[in-house]
Amino acid sequence: MLYREAGQFKTTYAEDMAVFPIRQDRIALVILLGIAFVGVPLLADFDIWPFGTDYLLRAILLPFLILALAAIGVNILVGYCGQITLGSGAFMAIGAYSAYKLATGVHIPIAWFDFAISIPPLPVLPSILLGGLTTAVVGILFGIPSLRIKGLYLAVATLAAQFFFDWVFLRVAWFTNYAPSGSVNAPTLDFFGLNVGTPIERYLLCLIFVTVFAILAKNLVRGNLGRQWMAIRDMDIAAELIGIRPLYAKLTAFGVSSFIIGVAGALWAFVYLGSWEPLAFSIERSLQLLFMVIIGGLGSIMGSFIGAAFILILPIMLNLLPTQLGVPLSTETITHLEFIIFGSLICYLLIKEPHGFARLISIGKEKLRLWPFPY
Amino acid sequence: MSGVLYSLVALGFVLIFKASGVFNFAQGAMVLLAGLALVRSLDLLVANGFPLWVAIVLGIGFAAVIMAITAWLIERFVIGPLVNQDGLTLFMSTIGVTFVLEGAAQMIFGSDVYPLRLFPTDVWLLFEGHFPGGILVNQLDVWGGFIAGILVAGLAIFFQRTKTGRALRAVADDHMAAQSVGIPIGWIWFVVWLVAGLVALVAATVWGTKLGVQFSITFLALKALPVLIIGGLTSVPGAIVGGLIVGAGEKLAEVFLGSHIGGGIEYWFAYVLALAVLLVRPQGLFGERIIERI
Repeated sequence: MLYREAGQFKTTYAEDMAVFPIRQDRIALVILLGIAFVGVPLLADFDIWPFGTDYLLRAILLPFLILALAAIGVNILVGYCGQITLGSGAFMAIGAYSAYKLATGVHIPIAWFDFAISIPPLPVLPSILLGGLTTAVVGILFGIPSLRIKGLYLAVATLAAQFFFDWVFLRVAWFTNYAPSGSVNAPTLDFFGLNVGTPIERYLLCLIFVTVFAILAKNLVRGNLGRQWMAIRDMDIAAELIGIRPLYAKLTAFGVSSFIIGVAGALWAFVYLGSWEPLAFSIERSLQLLFMVIIGGLGSIMGSFIGAAFILILPIMLNLLPTQLGVPLSTETITHLEFIIFGSLICYLLIKEPHGFARLISIGKEKLRLWPFPY
Repeated sequence: MSGVLYSLVALGFVLIFKASGVFNFAQGAMVLLAGLALVRSLDLLVANGFPLWVAIVLGIGFAAVIMAITAWLIERFVIGPLVNQDGLTLFMSTIGVTFVLEGAAQMIFGSDVYPLRLFPTDVWLLFEGHFPGGILVNQLDVWGGFIAGILVAGLAIFFQRTKTGRALRAVADDHMAAQSVGIPIGWIWFVVWLVAGLVALVAATVWGTKLGVQFSITFLALKALPVLIIGGLTSVPGAIVGGLIVGAGEKLAEVFLGSHIGGGIEYWFAYVLALAVLLVRPQGLFGERIIERI
């Protein structure tokens, strides 16, 4: 009774093309956003457990939001366009470092012509967005081989990006403004004169970014472009035959996905880490993002959120539960256990539920539709 | 001469890809598992007073059994249920397998660095009279090359001459067609993973002697991916030649190029090389041409 579409008639084209055509979904979304935007800050303000301490905001919600954003980017490429990537960590790094360079001022001396390209330090917001744009350009460059090679070969090509950029940011001192330790400090987060410093402000900032990008992505994947991507994913030759240009579709997927990953990388560095070194964006991060997408659901924006939440919460649970149950495990065992659980979960999901946890939710919706008279 | 070692790991990849169309990300983890099983059982046996050669034989036997069990488990629980899925799904499932193997291997056998001494690691100096200082040859490298040669010869015979080998190639061509002419696909896959496990064991013994058995072996095994791309995914000789090219290439690049641009380019040189090969000749130097039919 609660989740029923009967009686919701669409009388205009605008209604027919709405992002969330079912009223209950819209209500649920509004409630969710309300909790995220108003509820959490209020709870934190009144020091209500568990929001009273900074721990939840700083160590769980903040990385969750940023990684979910990155996972949306990966999902566009892997889930919607079917181009597997193992280099998403590198793309996050590109976003982070180019945003850093833009925020501290770029100076490229060209000795031969006695001429230098200089960009004065930009404010934080434009440098984050331009960092995303730089990542998009690099992503498109690395997407070009995808026109000739696919699947497994492409995975190796993106792995090349991963190792190459790991090295670049470690060894080329220009990117770190010649910092001797190789680690870099983010500029102060100044948004239109507002200084974003406290955990709750950082949380809200990320929330705004994530909400905007998630809605944009949702809109994109259900439109013309998204359908082209999905056609390429499902069968590229057939897609070409019905008039989809693989060049255009694949490169846009690489561009959009890299843009989002780059923005997430810049946020990760600026807002979450504060000071970082290339190790923060190693191949581990790439695999982690890929896992989020597989576990959450390939080809689902909501799945990216679920996957990110799951990947972040599982290690914490593994830390807490055995101690609560009175069987303390050593940290080493926990790490290994984590590996085993992630690995077997991925195999299990690929076999039983290729669409991840997001599919479980849509199954739940189907069941609710029939409730209380299932057949 | 780490090229020979890359070839050894790449061989495992090629075998599995040739016979089941699965791009096996887990080969590095299998090397780790085999190495850890071998080195730990060796330590245990020697500590209990067995003579060294008995311990070596028993240890290798034990590791081989472990690899057989792993192969069976992978076939039974992961690859078997995914039969007839597309390559990407299978590839991602092997990433899952990687994590399970890495976690399990370290949980059971410990996660420290264990030294392994099976081959002599002394150094020979050749042609001392002809060149000043002579040519430095590591005995281990010679052993590695020798073993790789035997392995390739054996595998070539296995693939070309035996009934199972032919069945393997049939399965690689088309799962469904092979199944429908009565080839027991589960058994074939078990054999393939077993052989890949044994190749991993060989790689682990050579590599472990050089570097000690430790977690970082899995990262070194990632180097086998560009080797594959350069050599061609389906070619056993390609894996060997690719391994040598990468091994020699990255050392030369480090010496001649690395000094100009900051050093440490060994980490990515192989990948960039692979990327270049991909752009020119996507099927690799020795690979079969990929023909798409509609």
